[in-house]
Amino acid sequence: MCAEKTEPTIKDTINGAIEEAHRQVQICNACRYCEGYCAVFPAINRQRSFSNSDISQLANLCHNCRGCYYACQYSEPHEFNVNLPRALAEVRAQNWQTFMRPRALATGFQQHGVLLALLFIVGLMLMLFAASYFRNIGDGSGFYAVLSHSLMVSIFAPAFILPLIVTGFGLRAYWRAVGGQRISVSHLASALKPVANLENLSGGQGQGCNFEREERYTNSRRWLHQACMYGFLLCFASTVSGTLMHYLFASPAPYPLLSVPKLLGIPGGLLLTVGCAGLAWLKTKADASLGAASLWGAEMAFVLLLGATGATGLLLYAATGTGLMPLLLAVHLGSVLTFFLTMPYTKMTHAFFRFAALIRDAQIKQENA
Amino acid sequence: MKTELSDRLWDVAIVGGGNAALCAAIEASEAGATVLLLESAPKPYRGGNSRHTRNFRCMHRAPLSKLTEAYSEEEYFDDLLRVTKGHTDEALARLTIHESESCLPWMEDHGIRFQPSLTGTLSLSRTNAFFLGGGKSLVNAYYNTIEDLGVTVAYNAAVTDIAIKDNHFESLQVKIEDSSVRIQAKSVVLASGGFQADLDWLARAWGPAARNFLIRGTPYNKGVVLKCMLDQGAVSVGDPTQCHAVAIDGRAPKYDGGIVTRLDCVPFSVVVNENGDRFYDEGEDVWPKRYAIWGRLVAAQPNQVAYSIIDSKSAELFMPSVYPPITADSIEALAEELGLPVTTLTRTIETFNAACPQHLESFHPTTLDGLATSSIEPAKTNWARPICEPPYYAYSLRPGVTFTYLGLKVDESARATSEKGRYDNVWAAGEIMAGSILGQGYLAGFGMTIGTVFGRIAGREAARHVC
Repeated sequence: MCAEKTEPTIKDTINGAIEEAHRQVQICNACRYCEGYCAVFPAINRQRSFSNSDISQLANLCHNCRGCYYACQYSEPHEFNVNLPRALAEVRAQNWQTFMRPRALATGFQQHGVLLALLFIVGLMLMLFAASYFRNIGDGSGFYAVLSHSLMVSIFAPAFILPLIVTGFGLRAYWRAVGGQRISVSHLASALKPVANLENLSGGQGQGCNFEREERYTNSRRWLHQACMYGFLLCFASTVSGTLMHYLFASPAPYPLLSVPKLLGIPGGLLLTVGCAGLAWLKTKADASLGAASLWGAEMAFVLLLGATGATGLLLYAATGTGLMPLLLAVHLGSVLTFFLTMPYTKMTHAFFRFAALIRDAQIKQENA
Repeated sequence: MKTELSDRLWDVAIVGGGNAALCAAIEASEAGATVLLLESAPKPYRGGNSRHTRNFRCMHRAPLSKLTEAYSEEEYFDDLLRVTKGHTDEALARLTIHESESCLPWMEDHGIRFQPSLTGTLSLSRTNAFFLGGGKSLVNAYYNTIEDLGVTVAYNAAVTDIAIKDNHFESLQVKIEDSSVRIQAKSVVLASGGFQADLDWLARAWGPAARNFLIRGTPYNKGVVLKCMLDQGAVSVGDPTQCHAVAIDGRAPKYDGGIVTRLDCVPFSVVVNENGDRFYDEGEDVWPKRYAIWGRLVAAQPNQVAYSIIDSKSAELFMPSVYPPITADSIEALAEELGLPVTTLTRTIETFNAACPQHLESFHPTTLDGLATSSIEPAKTNWARPICEPPYYAYSLRPGVTFTYLGLKVDESARATSEKGRYDNVWAAGEIMAGSILGQGYLAGFGMTIGTVFGRIAGREAARHVC
């Protein structure tokens, strides 16, 4: 009588998420009231029936602005129980966990924020150890007196490149699944615009999204995310410019205030720190049941880690020439190392998948035109 | 909460929580009145039938907001005359139409956002302004606006009685959760909708068949306030026996199914009752002009149910439906799936197929293509293509009630009237008085126009009475 209870397997969960999204998308396609909010609804309305890949594409196109949830006449307690932001967030989570290899790492880091924290501690210990062990046998001054340039490169080059390769394979799997075609310049241009201005969090008319103030619109999340994204890109550009100066112009760090790496890095670090702190704060205000609730902790850990890379970078600069520098250097490098190593398995993947989804959306629009 | 409500004398009490009530609350509050809004539904279901709406029919002399071209007062009035067959109060109708133009910018100023006409509704882009996110998003925006204005809102607050003495409103009896409180106000705006969710009342008015009807909108519109006023001698308008009913998917929820339960497949199908017999010309006109009559047609069939049957060549000619069709590879199997008499259904389809024209090249799904059957009763006068290419699909149809026509008579200031003359301090707005203007038929987006125009007038007048 009493059937043996079995835990649902990952496959069951994935199928469950996709099935639920299928059910809700069918309701949305018969209603269409939300057409003006974002890219998801016009994409739904272009089709009559949906394959699992179509659902994946919709899921990665969704920015979780939640406009549709608060506007929905069929949300709980209605028996149709539509909560599209959540349904698509669940599919997204499952996508990121299945397309990225190895799956165990993806699932682990996506579902357990504590793993990221633990890895950060390991990274930090590693840096501290390296700093003390190799101290004074380095090949330079400043940071490189603490940790030699060659040692830094030998740690960070693979820690950056290997995760990028993993991400590339994951994206390729996604691209094949959603039937992606050859990417043209016009596809890229169409996709870059909504990345640059984050129009999918604009509510369709610039009023913003419904994140931390429920059915009231605000632009906080949109601006904070932009701060984060542009801050990150500036920091990245700063690092690249430093690398170029080191190798091409034989001009090693530290750089003065009026130098390219600093002029990019300081505003970048500030934007990144403020953006991440703001996003983390908003996350505590928003209703967790409109996202993939099981990912909340890992997402929060990721935002804090990303913010920490910016904040510790700034602190490190402020501590130049003081006794705190070696410790702050270890903390900063530990956070950066953790960030890059886990890139394919954290919320960071959303950047790659969403960009891919926007490119694919541009292609589908063109195919339909 | 309850004593806070009953311990004071409000300037304006508003009964109802949908579009008309909200517009009245905004106007009254902006005029300086203290306002209490009583919504009988809990917060998630606030907004009455406005939750399910999607647009606002608006007169305009030049492109306005998302509306294209122009829509003149005369054209608008003609459209109204056509659907009501003259059952309208011309002065009130023209007032509504004329005021609609200034309402649209007013709505935008009070938080409403519009979006371009939805996919599949291009024909409305000139006449109807669509709400971004639909009616619930409009309702949310107005609730935010009245919250900012300082209006007090009580949810789960059902008015059970209205005390009126010598044509003068005195107080409301309101059931809030488990207790009954008396609310005193200097004036009252009644904006509590029709009675379509009260199946007993529908059954008394229409006949016992009404118990099988589905109610497309809120289950909270039970007409308690309307009945209370009529019992006390308020003058009524509108046919008390009639409701607006369309044919919707028979699998829809009893209440609140809203827009997604509509079915647009009838013109491409053969429609049979539960005996397996056809009963009306499925191709009489394009669907937007015919779906309203199918509510009545299905209501007249045994057990108020019918089945629309198509074959694979028509499967994608209409808007996707929320429920998947019942599917089979033969008519016999489909009959069994549907629980219809196999031999009758098979004969009906064979007879229909034999009566279809030989040449189907002129088939055109969106215009009257003249492809008509010959020598069968009833004929199908357009889109008559044989049902012969499996798989076969079927959708069940039931009457879905949108609104009722019976309401309170009002004048141009939205003031209600008793047999003894106008009430001193009772105004009405929205579905509760819409029968004055839309006495018959249906015009898309017009209910929201009546609610907005008269809600605003009622709120202003009620406040002017006390301030």
